[in-house]
Amino acid sequence: MDYPAFKQFDYSQSIAFARGLVDDLNFSYVSRWKKANPSARVIGFLPIYIPREIIHAAGMLPVGLFGAGDRIPVVRGDAFFQSYICHLPRTVVELLLNGNLDEFDGFIFPSICDVIRNMSGIFMLQSKNRYIRYLDFPQNFDEQIGGVFYRSELERLMEDLQKLNNSGIDTQRLNISIDLYNKNRKLLKHLQDFRAAHPHKMSAVDYYLIRRAGNIMSVEDFNDLLESLLESVKNVEADEEDKIRVVVTGSFCEQPPLGLIKTIENAGCYIVDDDFQLGLGWMKKDTPSDTSDPVNALVQAYLQDSIRSSAVYDSENEKGDQLAEKVKHLNADGVIFCAPSFCDPALLDRPHLERAMDRHHIRHFSFQYHENLGQFHVIKEQAGTFADMIKLWE
Amino acid sequence: MDVQKENSMVKQKQMLAEHFMELSQVRETGKKVAYTFVPGNLTELIYAFDMLPVYPEINSLQSGMRQKSRDYIREAEEAGYSEDVCSYVKCDIGMMLQGNIGPTGQQLPPPDILLLSYTGCFVFMKWFENLKQFYPDAEIAMLHIPYQESGKIEAGAIEYVKQQLRNEVIPKFEKVSGKKFDADKLAEKMDLSASAEDLLVEVFDSARHKPSPIDAYFGGVYYIGPIFTAFRGSESCVEYYRELLNEVNYRVEKKLGPITPDGILENERFRLVVEGPPNWTHFRNFWQIFYEMGAVFVGSTYTRVGGIYDEGFRHSSQDPLRSMAEYCMGCYTNRNLPQRIDLLETFITRYHADGFLVNSIKSCNSFSAGQLVMMRELEERLEIPVGFIETDLVDPRYYSYSNIKNRLDSFFQMLDQRRPVKSAG
Ligand code: SF4
Ligand code: SF4
Repeated sequence: MDYPAFKQFDYSQSIAFARGLVDDLNFSYVSRWKKANPSARVIGFLPIYIPREIIHAAGMLPVGLFGAGDRIPVVRGDAFFQSYICHLPRTVVELLLNGNLDEFDGFIFPSICDVIRNMSGIFMLQSKNRYIRYLDFPQNFDEQIGGVFYRSELERLMEDLQKLNNSGIDTQRLNISIDLYNKNRKLLKHLQDFRAAHPHKMSAVDYYLIRRAGNIMSVEDFNDLLESLLESVKNVEADEEDKIRVVVTGSFCEQPPLGLIKTIENAGCYIVDDDFQLGLGWMKKDTPSDTSDPVNALVQAYLQDSIRSSAVYDSENEKGDQLAEKVKHLNADGVIFCAPSFCDPALLDRPHLERAMDRHHIRHFSFQYHENLGQFHVIKEQAGTFADMIKLWE
Repeated sequence: MDVQKENSMVKQKQMLAEHFMELSQVRETGKKVAYTFVPGNLTELIYAFDMLPVYPEINSLQSGMRQKSRDYIREAEEAGYSEDVCSYVKCDIGMMLQGNIGPTGQQLPPPDILLLSYTGCFVFMKWFENLKQFYPDAEIAMLHIPYQESGKIEAGAIEYVKQQLRNEVIPKFEKVSGKKFDADKLAEKMDLSASAEDLLVEVFDSARHKPSPIDAYFGGVYYIGPIFTAFRGSESCVEYYRELLNEVNYRVEKKLGPITPDGILENERFRLVVEGPPNWTHFRNFWQIFYEMGAVFVGSTYTRVGGIYDEGFRHSSQDPLRSMAEYCMGCYTNRNLPQRIDLLETFITRYHADGFLVNSIKSCNSFSAGQLVMMRELEERLEIPVGFIETDLVDPRYYSYSNIKNRLDSFFQMLDQRRPVKSAG
């Protein structure tokens, strides 16, 4: 796309660009993309993960919808959801009703919770002439059972998308898309590794903005941006501070406000890993991009290489071990359970994840937030005390 | 009180007492215990393996009715469960932490198998993932039921559920029970279920009459529904519904209203359809508010979470696995929002309801998310007064009599005002 030369961006230009994208509730990037690709379609998707490769191979732009935080007054959204339902759906519906999503041709709702699920029905009623799809991911990981089902779901999705723009998804295009997303995950992994080693060189907020922007941009643009950032971040001059290292978990859907991320870090905790934009790194490995059956490659990747999240069936609490391993691998000092209020998947996972941390002697504390939270002093105090305690214990 | 009514009442009490007695004796009898959920329950299959089902949701609601839930919920919250999550889960976990004493005062046996029928509610999955941590020796079988996102049951989804039944659920049942799967035994139970389903539909459909002989919400959950979930597939279940239907027919003939804890509803003033579960901690008080206003529920969606038979579906011995798959996918909360609205519209028109009420449950996203849109849609389509109240299932902290009463007073006023306008038109 005819866009700024990402490759020449220095660090602050990259971050400023990402911030601009994240702040822009009119999605002008999306409008510009559409102008440059007039026959193409834009598909919004809700957290956490969808196989974006398929959308891309259909010549469409997948755009993540992660709510609008405190950047939009909720006027009509509250008339759709009772006060004891989380906040994200309100701002998403507000965006829809305000016309901010007019450039979107369809929406995909992944099967992660009852709220997102029922929101697909609300969109069906409110947005009758657009493509609405609730995408059921298998909770059975047997190739012959869950695999066959997932393939049937993906094939149905592909048929629908083909109808939307009268253009087929062939093997070659899908392989190219798989390749681009493999590259994307690799670049993100490099950035994550760099940041885990040098968290003082890139603030948690900057790191967040880049990834959130990545869920709006085309994968080609995002890859260019990441490549230049991986170079420019090395030149950032910053001193390492005496902070503890924490892993933040539980925020994979409704997003914590930027102020909250900043508060945690300012209170003395480098966030060396988080699950804010979990879907970007859903696959632990590359998906083969040279097969004659790329749909099968995507299916197998989902069954075998996807990470364990709160939306995925896990009766043995592998998630707990996964989290403990991550803490050890990153040499982190503790875990912050940071979940949106009223979020069933995150909050119902918390007690047994906490118990798993106890078993592994990993320190932790927890709190809840709303995406539009404006006051952070309680969290500042909690995070500060947590950091002080850990420093004292060491 | 009516003699026929007493018959079914006595029978219900007996059946439940025997069931809990059997559960308390599993150590001696060696019977295996399957914990499972009401929506998408595989009662026929459980009984075909001679196992006994335990429904944690039912235990929770019973704890709510017995005023135990506050304590159980506090226990679970102290163990780290957020105030924000489903109170059924917390009540169940709290009960387990306090010794797992069931509704009859007897200790419930631990599960030999957790049958996680993930049907229409995401929380079920989290609930049993949690229970599995507390019962590490129990087997766990996941049965993932795809949502009716497109408004119909997709062919791929049926095959998926059948494959899970064949390759996941049945082999685990065989392992736990030590018995081979007996297709004939299952078929027999499926046929018995179908007979009970015919009778159940007739009972619910009696609400067409004026006055309605049943209360399809409070009565629906109190004496129409429970036997159905726990005993489907048995002779005694068919007998129970036959008895109940006789009583209902008698009431129709005599033009009697439903029996309530405060006596027979004599003067039916308002006929309502309701969406959402009831509150259990103040069940009687809640029911009384409607009774005093002469309001009767002629249709409810909560009584359809365990299956929808109104449209003709019946369990079938022809292709039992397919039939179970269709049953699970057809449960109320496994249907998309437009389908739920259509079903409500059918209830409202078929049962000549004067108004539509939502009882929005604080901790149940599966039901609650989208209810405000459903209300608006039905108001527009049918030009019918709609009312909205908020309670919780078993968390007594969220039952405010005065709030509910105030809102209902305005709702009833609205219904009253509508009456002359309608008749004039
Ligand atoms: S924040 Fe949690 S409950 Fe709300 S939509 Fe997201 S996953 Fe669902
Ligand atoms: S959220 Fe609702 S449907 Fe789900 S378990 Fe709780 S009460 Fe039942």
